[in-house]
Amino acid sequence: MTAPTLELRDLRTHFATRGGVVKAVDGVSLRVDRGQVLGLVGESGSGKSVTGFSILGLVDPPGQVVGGQVLFQGQDLARLDEEAMRHLRGNRIAMIFQDPMMTLNPVLRIDTQMIETVLAHAPVSREEARQRARDALGQVGIAAPEERMRAYPHQFSGGMRQRVAIAIALLHKPDLIVADEPTTALDVTIQGQILAEAQKLCAEHGTALIWITHDLSVVAGLADRIAVMYAGRVVEEGPVEAVLDAPLHPYTVGLIGSVPSRNRRGAALNQIPGMTPSMLNLPAGCAFAARCPRAASGCSEPPPFVEFRPGRSARCIHPHAEGPPA
Amino acid sequence: MTLYLLRRCLQAAGVMLVMSVLVFVGVYAIGDPVEILISPEADQIERERAIRALGLDLPLWQQYLVFLKNALHGDLGRSFVFNEPALKLILDRMPATLELAFGATFVALLVGLPLGLYAGLRPNGALARGIMAGSILGFSLPTFWVGLMLIMVFAVQLGWLPSTGRGETVDVLGTRWSFLTLDGLRHLAMPAFNLALFKISLVIRLTRAGVREAMLMDYVKFARAKGLHPSRIVLVHVLKNIMIPVITVVGLEFGGTIAFSVVTESIFAWPGMGKLIIDSINVLDRPVIVAYLMLIVLMFIVINLLVDLTYTALDPRVRLEGRT
Amino acid sequence: MSAVLRPSAPPQVETPLRRFASQFAESRLALVGLVVFVAIVLAALLAPWLAPQNPYDLAQLDIMDGRLPPGSVGASGMVHWLGTDDQGRDMLSGILYGLRISLMVGAGSALVAALVGASLGMLAAYAGGRTDTLIMRLVDLQLSFPAILAALMILAFLGKGILNVVIALVVVEWAYYARTVRGSALVERRREYIEAAQCLALPTGRIIFRHLLPNVLPPLIVVGTMQVARAIALEATLSFLGLGVPITEPSLGLLIANGYEYMLSGKYWISFYPGIALLLTIVSINLVGDQLRDVINPRLQK
Repeated sequence: MTAPTLELRDLRTHFATRGGVVKAVDGVSLRVDRGQVLGLVGESGSGKSVTGFSILGLVDPPGQVVGGQVLFQGQDLARLDEEAMRHLRGNRIAMIFQDPMMTLNPVLRIDTQMIETVLAHAPVSREEARQRARDALGQVGIAAPEERMRAYPHQFSGGMRQRVAIAIALLHKPDLIVADEPTTALDVTIQGQILAEAQKLCAEHGTALIWITHDLSVVAGLADRIAVMYAGRVVEEGPVEAVLDAPLHPYTVGLIGSVPSRNRRGAALNQIPGMTPSMLNLPAGCAFAARCPRAASGCSEPPPFVEFRPGRSARCIHPHAEGPPA
Repeated sequence: MTLYLLRRCLQAAGVMLVMSVLVFVGVYAIGDPVEILISPEADQIERERAIRALGLDLPLWQQYLVFLKNALHGDLGRSFVFNEPALKLILDRMPATLELAFGATFVALLVGLPLGLYAGLRPNGALARGIMAGSILGFSLPTFWVGLMLIMVFAVQLGWLPSTGRGETVDVLGTRWSFLTLDGLRHLAMPAFNLALFKISLVIRLTRAGVREAMLMDYVKFARAKGLHPSRIVLVHVLKNIMIPVITVVGLEFGGTIAFSVVTESIFAWPGMGKLIIDSINVLDRPVIVAYLMLIVLMFIVINLLVDLTYTALDPRVRLEGRT
Repeated sequence: MSAVLRPSAPPQVETPLRRFASQFAESRLALVGLVVFVAIVLAALLAPWLAPQNPYDLAQLDIMDGRLPPGSVGASGMVHWLGTDDQGRDMLSGILYGLRISLMVGAGSALVAALVGASLGMLAAYAGGRTDTLIMRLVDLQLSFPAILAALMILAFLGKGILNVVIALVVVEWAYYARTVRGSALVERRREYIEAAQCLALPTGRIIFRHLLPNVLPPLIVVGTMQVARAIALEATLSFLGLGVPITEPSLGLLIANGYEYMLSGKYWISFYPGIALLLTIVSINLVGDQLRDVINPRLQK
């Protein structure tokens, strides 16, 4: 078996703040294979974005990766020095950010921002770099790229800017793209187009994709596998249909129940009671216990991450599904 | 763009008008215009004639119109001391002041930008803290006293630099410039640095604040995610964004620099218009004062306009708004 | 980043004043500034008792003692620790008395400017409409014109003298206060409790003094601190240029100016020591002001 494109092993990213240590990512293990799409789902504050930034080594201080491994094609990125990491970023591993209005530099033209990315990793001429940038823009469906390249970001709509950001991510045909809620800030129709394109690109290049979102419906149509995060930990992981159809963890159940759906029109939406816990004072046991309808005495102990069936794991001692662990 | 310029020019004319009223009130209403505008050495007959010639026997609003009409013709009175048109007197000395002010601005950017960049990138480092403490000092140090100390150290004690004057000059475009000769540069160095002191601190603070803010922006993180070299991120992505506020403030400060050159020129006997105005105030050569004031206001308006135009060139977002 | 960083548990019971003091004391530099400033104010206040000589009393001056270097013993047997100026005036005494003038002019002008500026700023914020526009236009005009020039011009028209210097300083400084007060008052005015007070038809004066003013005060104090330093520096500059206080009662700036001509012959002390006193005064005020701003400005609080 070849090494997966990316494998996280017990990743820990902590923030030392005045109030104490925030364990934003606390023992996350994941894997994505070539051409696969992993949906990383969770509420804001669950640590999903920090996980994404940790992969690229872009966690801002006071945040720091304090433990675990980030294995990219078998190589541990957490141990890599900054210069070596820089050669991977934007080259083999690309990232797409949440807010397209903020990711492009407002005072630099689109072509400048694209060409510099090409030149950062490929020893080509400026003309060649421009050619590649133009092709990438065409690839993401921007008409008249030659002309549009000379524009400034503010002359583009949000959807167009996100396409530019995606085009930049694609410049070096990366092996892995980490997309951090790239469609959250966009209209639904644009969101659909971008999702379709993302899927197509992954299939064409064999690019692995980690799609971070809080929106289950986005993941449902896009991802192969899904990992649900809560309070810095993965609480459930599995193939997308399996997780959505028969969730194991009560949190996943609550998450699915709170998505409005046509099939259940008229029925009251389920809500998860309570609030996400303060990351500074996490309970010793299951972080979800305080909000969990199935919580019992055993939940005050840290629950193990158990593989209930092949490829179906959850961090819960009272899971919804049927049957004992396999 | 044309419309924008036109509107700005109209605004400028409005401000000039307001200032002319203020100056007029200052000279004609608060003080005694006869005393202010007519040489104290004039005898009675000369006085009478001057009062009529200047229209001082007319009602105040008519006097203002006369003043305005003369001002529009570039006639702001004659200096008692030099017996020359006040405006010409000032314009003759303007290049020296401009040279000093540009020199100071250049020094401020040359010193302030790198220090500010460093302090912004390593906000908690010992050196950065030292730079910031120094910038507080730069704000606090009384310019004139620093000037004296510079003279004491570099001219009197060490004897490295001359303490007064412009030194050897070269004629270019009909005016004399110091910065083209080595001797001139040696004369320019101390006054320019002295005048730059405040601006160095200003540039350091602006740059540092800008860098710290920009480094937190998504576009910087995205640039890092693109795998750009850190030097490119700082020197292109961050610096270009910071240049907008820095250029604006330094540009707007240019007027202040010219104003403050009054002090520097007095200390280093730099023959510019600042020294002229102080001498004029001391001997009550009031036509020169009035002319200087009107000219400075005009200069301020021009500077403001130029800053706005530069701003437009630097920030593409403003460019678009300007057109619509 | 979507991680929510929550602040820690509610702080221990502490009075606002104590909290303020402890936050202020976080910067050791600011504390030093405060101590130095208090010492300077005390020295200025106690000058008649501290100074070995009354520099304004010409009978006490001996021209034969002129330009003695620091540490010399004068004709009357007095030790001039900081030397003497050309009139034979003891520099230490001159500096102590000069500090009085400088601080008086600085604080006095700042106080008057604060009163004028705050009133106008409050008026602008409360009246709104044309009054607001007019006042703010004046503020913009004033702020766009360099203080030194404006002060020079006013003094050129009014003539020298302490009172005229104060007038000039007030004219160039009121705008800073007006802008600050208007800004914070506008923010505060839109708060619900003010609207509630207005709905209760409380008298305007009561709303302004009981509700608006306490909220506007902190930024006003910060600006005020900085402006005192600015005023002192500006007064010194004007006096140095010969346009400030009269020669009979020299401020620090004038003392420095008096030493200017002797500088080139190496008699540095006449200018040097008053300059140090001026520098210490301004730097200590600025250090205190800087820290005050950081503590008071809630946006910057970590």
